[in-house]
Amino acid sequence: MSAMECSNMTKETLDRMFTEGKRFDGRGLLDYRPIEISFDVSNKAEGSARVKIGKTEVIVGVKMVVGEPYPDSPDKGNLTVSGDLLPMASPRFESGPPKFNAIELPRLVDRAIRHSGILDLKELVITSGEKVWIVIIDIYPINDDGNIIDAATIGATAALRKTMIPVLDEKGGIDYHKKSKTPLSIAKDIFPMIITFFKLGDSVLLDPTREEQEACEARIAWGISKWEGQHMINSCQKGEELAFTRSDVESMMDLIPKKFDEVSEKLKKFF
Amino acid sequence: MRKMYAKVGVVPNADGSAMFAFGDTVAIAAVYGPRQLHPQHMQDPGTGILRVNYDLLSFSVYERKKPGPSRRSQEISKVTEWALSPVLDLKEFPNTVIDVQVYILQADAGTRTAGINAASLALAHAGVPMKDLVCSISVGKLDKNLVVDLDKDEEDYDEGEGATDFPIAKIASTNEYTLLQLDGKIQPGVVKEILGLADKACEEIYEVQKKALKEAIEQ
Repeated sequence: MSAMECSNMTKETLDRMFTEGKRFDGRGLLDYRPIEISFDVSNKAEGSARVKIGKTEVIVGVKMVVGEPYPDSPDKGNLTVSGDLLPMASPRFESGPPKFNAIELPRLVDRAIRHSGILDLKELVITSGEKVWIVIIDIYPINDDGNIIDAATIGATAALRKTMIPVLDEKGGIDYHKKSKTPLSIAKDIFPMIITFFKLGDSVLLDPTREEQEACEARIAWGISKWEGQHMINSCQKGEELAFTRSDVESMMDLIPKKFDEVSEKLKKFF
Repeated sequence: MRKMYAKVGVVPNADGSAMFAFGDTVAIAAVYGPRQLHPQHMQDPGTGILRVNYDLLSFSVYERKKPGPSRRSQEISKVTEWALSPVLDLKEFPNTVIDVQVYILQADAGTRTAGINAASLALAHAGVPMKDLVCSISVGKLDKNLVVDLDKDEEDYDEGEGATDFPIAKIASTNEYTLLQLDGKIQPGVVKEILGLADKACEEIYEVQKKALKEAIEQ
């Protein structure tokens, strides 16, 4: 079953409104709802954050465990992103084995974070070839009112920035009773985000509410960050069944750096 | 680009089938349907559905791949569905499913794009009404240089800005893109340039696909 389902009447009404550049909540098509970040969702996590975009709420926690490096990269730690679409967050989410959307969300966040360069996996080595830190980012939406992907990525970046490396005891295990004073080493000037564009008919919009998102016929998620002072696209995935035209993509390329700067500026006050 | 090879009718039991190769990457695809969708509660009286299953065969890679679906293969199955469905008029076939099976025999990067090219051919060979063929190519960037059709060694390049892999699919004779995926570091301005390279590559792929379909008819 498609993730996007809504009545034909809602769809027609929204299509007409979007064509006129209007939305139910009065925003412009490319405006985000207010974004709020808070931290320390769980004091058991090595780092955690809560992100709200309008009524959408996602919590993200980072855990770190000691493990073995992959055989093909003995001098690198590992990054894993996982999570689930909890049934508490939406009547659309069901318990049971993960559906496609639940598989896709962490994969999208993983690629945006991994390729931004915010985390240098080489700094996660404890003993070369033997022991490394594995950073595990877990994403749980608490309330889905659309645009979960963008919220989850901001949450993952925010949680990473607050992550402390646990203290190791003499045997090399983690001593959870000692308070860590070592923050996870990340590139502070890199703040990866995902900006997802949604398309209904010929209209393209950002940050849809759940109702708007379900009316849309396609979406494209762009991972973006700044690297050595330049805007860099780090990931991209088109979703759902409508095609994007060349001019759609070209205008997104012009818009994305501006949107990224605008949102980053608004998020500064939380750090 | 690596040498391409395409052939239709490689699975006689299927309603349509094809093989497509980019150099050492070889994909085969088979189409069954439109046929009645089971279980019945999944049927949609408003439209048919396209169901793609992509996977690597266990011996298609150096380290044997454990058989069975992975998160990666489920994602590629889904993006392949999204890449192909815009050219199909599924509303013409209510309550049905078109099953497309894509398997990789030999992997040297670009498996999803080879798979999409094979699947598009198999759908045409099955006689499913299509607006056009779908052509797919991976464009990449090695540090600052743009290259078309990356192989595995190129994909693993990690000097400077590293390797960026940008698989793209388009509806052959339009400017509409049905697959856009990306991994790496690339400036927004370069994305435009990459679409231009993909367009040129897709023209060549389209010719190879058309030739394969013609050969099947002449036989």
